[in-house]
Amino acid sequence: MSIEIRNISKRFGDFQALDDVSVDVDGGSLTALLGPSGSGKSTLLRIVAGLEWPDSGEISLAGEDASGLTPQKRGVGFVFQHYAAFKHMTVRENIAFGLKVRKRPKDEIARRVQELLALVQLQGFGDRFPAQLSGGQRQRMALARALAPEPKVLLLDEPFGALDARVRAELRVWLRRLHEETHTTTVFVTHDQEEAMEVADNVVVMNKGRIEQVAGPRELYDAPANEFVMSFVGQASRFGAAWVRPHDLRLSPTPGDGSREAMVDRVAHLGFEVRAELVRDDGEPFAVQLTRNEAEQLELARGQIVYVRPTRETTFA
Amino acid sequence: MNVRRLDGARRSAGAGLPAPKRVRVLKKFGLRSVALGYLLVVLLGPLSMVFWRAFGSGAGHLWDSLSDPNTVHAFKVTLIIAAIAVPLNTVFGVVCALAIVRRRFPGAGIVNAIVDLPLALSPVVVGLSLFLLYGRTGWFGHWFQAHGVQILFALPSMVIATVFISLPFVAREVVPTLREIGDEQEQAAHTLGAGAWTTFWRITLPSIRWAIIYGVVLTTARCLGEYGAVAVVSGHVEGQTETATLRVQDAYENFDVAGAYGISLVLAVMSVIVLIAMTLLKPKEETS
Repeated sequence: MSIEIRNISKRFGDFQALDDVSVDVDGGSLTALLGPSGSGKSTLLRIVAGLEWPDSGEISLAGEDASGLTPQKRGVGFVFQHYAAFKHMTVRENIAFGLKVRKRPKDEIARRVQELLALVQLQGFGDRFPAQLSGGQRQRMALARALAPEPKVLLLDEPFGALDARVRAELRVWLRRLHEETHTTTVFVTHDQEEAMEVADNVVVMNKGRIEQVAGPRELYDAPANEFVMSFVGQASRFGAAWVRPHDLRLSPTPGDGSREAMVDRVAHLGFEVRAELVRDDGEPFAVQLTRNEAEQLELARGQIVYVRPTRETTFA
Repeated sequence: MNVRRLDGARRSAGAGLPAPKRVRVLKKFGLRSVALGYLLVVLLGPLSMVFWRAFGSGAGHLWDSLSDPNTVHAFKVTLIIAAIAVPLNTVFGVVCALAIVRRRFPGAGIVNAIVDLPLALSPVVVGLSLFLLYGRTGWFGHWFQAHGVQILFALPSMVIATVFISLPFVAREVVPTLREIGDEQEQAAHTLGAGAWTTFWRITLPSIRWAIIYGVVLTTARCLGEYGAVAVVSGHVEGQTETATLRVQDAYENFDVAGAYGISLVLAVMSVIVLIAMTLLKPKEETS
């Protein structure tokens, strides 16, 4: 079910967390709110959930005005970065909480909890306490708990932020699959552009309490709306008035048409990919991405002088 | 790589450089004996003297002085006061802690400081202030007198004094626990459809129950032992407005030393039972 966010503003003391933000989230979509810390993305998510009240603006859920509703009336599922597990309850009791509060019949609760335990691959963990689970398991439990009352929308606030890299990668794929199965409108907050690009259909890029761009991952990368999006989503460096991606630069040992002199500062071998940090003749550092073969042919080494030519540039008015 | 690390670990553990180790052992036992010695001299010594002296003139004499109707009445008064003050301060303490931690309102800092006031004030001062407030010429005393309610030199003033004195303990225990658990669990409960009341009973209360129980134990101990404030407001009438602690003084002043020790013994035993009950309950809960 869709979410409509209209002219939301929110201040915390002197800090303008959100400044007249409007955005639509389509029903059934998987959307990322992406931005650096302090960009207002978490605040916006919490306002949608009713955990924070905006100073002005409106929120509609599934076409109905929800601005005046308390969190328990909004029918949203919320997943916190640090799980917010009910520590004194077992996994089963945690997941059942939302159903018990709604006074559903006992056998229905038991059936639904069993279903959800299977969905989040925690069968056999039902009688454990959260303290006996790993971080990834706890977050899956929190997800099952949020999904139990069949929320209209599922909101996740940096859901993988507290997990280590491997579990994080696993859960990303898993969230994607879960969404394909349930088709619940899902919005998650992240500061990790790779996570946003990998998981979401639609990415809302935020900065300083405003929305910079709303687009699919591919469009975001290929056609960024402005310099902020260009530099925040993927790497980019400036060449005169234009911006260039690290893989859109050609290096050559000899000067050529439109090329500039640069010195190699560092070379990192990352398997197939080689990433080189260079310093331009005007002292500006920038990065280049090459294949292993290209790097070998150039015999890249620290201190070496090379010539750089952009193959594709982006300029903003 | 692994082998080398293991080697290194064994070397540093096995070589056991003697000098620092001895210092460590000395430190450990030195600290321990200082702590234990202090406890022994300051706490256990006097307490065991009470036990010793109570039985000094024989169990028969002890029983006689304990079964004295005025003594029995004094214990009754103490228990009645505790039975009123402890629940009152438990509820107030939890509400107060919730207000201090969860609701950001102007003046929360002042409330926080005021809760500690009874810890800083001498009980005698508390008693005196109640005396002035509820006395014949006091602000409230006048009104109560006009309506025929006796506050001073009666149970109400003794309860008020004890409530005042034992007020901070539950709040003091609950505030740090509430801060530590944060409010994310409560927010999660809200998004799952729980109202404020359900959230309090199902989420908040189970998380702070140990802090509450500990606070209740301290409050109870304080109520049983209260002397100064109650001494000022009670009027000290034998068989009427005398609590167990006041009775101890009474007995002592009337050269009934064995009786005084006997009552002290019962008070001490009550406190010890409360403490033991708490330690017995606690570990069972923590394993879950």
